[in-house]
Amino acid sequence: MTLIDYLYYIILPILALSVLLIFYRFLKGPSIADKIIALDVLITTGIGIIGVYSIINGVSTFLDTAMILALIAFLSTVAFSYYLEKRNRKK
Amino acid sequence: MSSIIIVILVTLGTLFVLLSAIGLVRMPDTYLRISVNTKAATLGVGLILVGTAVFFNDLSTTSRSLVIILFVFLTAPVSAHLIGRAAYFMGVKMWKGSLIDDLEGKYQKNTHVLKSDSGDGDSPDHSKDEDDIVK
Repeated sequence: MTLIDYLYYIILPILALSVLLIFYRFLKGPSIADKIIALDVLITTGIGIIGVYSIINGVSTFLDTAMILALIAFLSTVAFSYYLEKRNRKK
Repeated sequence: MSSIIIVILVTLGTLFVLLSAIGLVRMPDTYLRISVNTKAATLGVGLILVGTAVFFNDLSTTSRSLVIILFVFLTAPVSAHLIGRAAYFMGVKMWKGSLIDDLEGKYQKNTHVLKSDSGDGDSPDHSKDEDDIVK
């Protein structure tokens, strides 16, 4: 079994299983904070999947996409928590 | 030789990501889920990206991987702190097995100003709101 086969048949299914578990929490989450956390972990896991996929295909350009995804994850979490806190503040 | 290093790094990273996913489903509380997110998923993605840098063995790819790792490691604690603060003000209940709430009675509920026990660090214009401190 080569490195590519190991990544393709063992590592990627485990990452896909963890994406499914996180998506279950994203759909179910009791409060809206749980959904935002699940969205953040979802994008972080997506960065990992992009890293493994770039090893499989041998294309390092995919890492630029991972960088932009990291930026978007931080921005969305900050914006969501800012508006959640502002919504509950009675001035 | 480098393939063995890649296999070890990527397997460890994938196990950490899987553990964080299981913890996100199994943990009983919002704040414990934030803790899982901040530590395990960040470390797992960092290990996978180090494996990518070892595989390509190139200056440009290594620098890109290191930039992504640095960015994720910098922003994960900040976003965890912000969402934890928002969840605390939204009134998300803690798990019933949690023993200590350090912030209980120290936040003004309407202005979100932190107020210490001794009262020396507080500005005088907030002292009239003392009756509606978060209980």
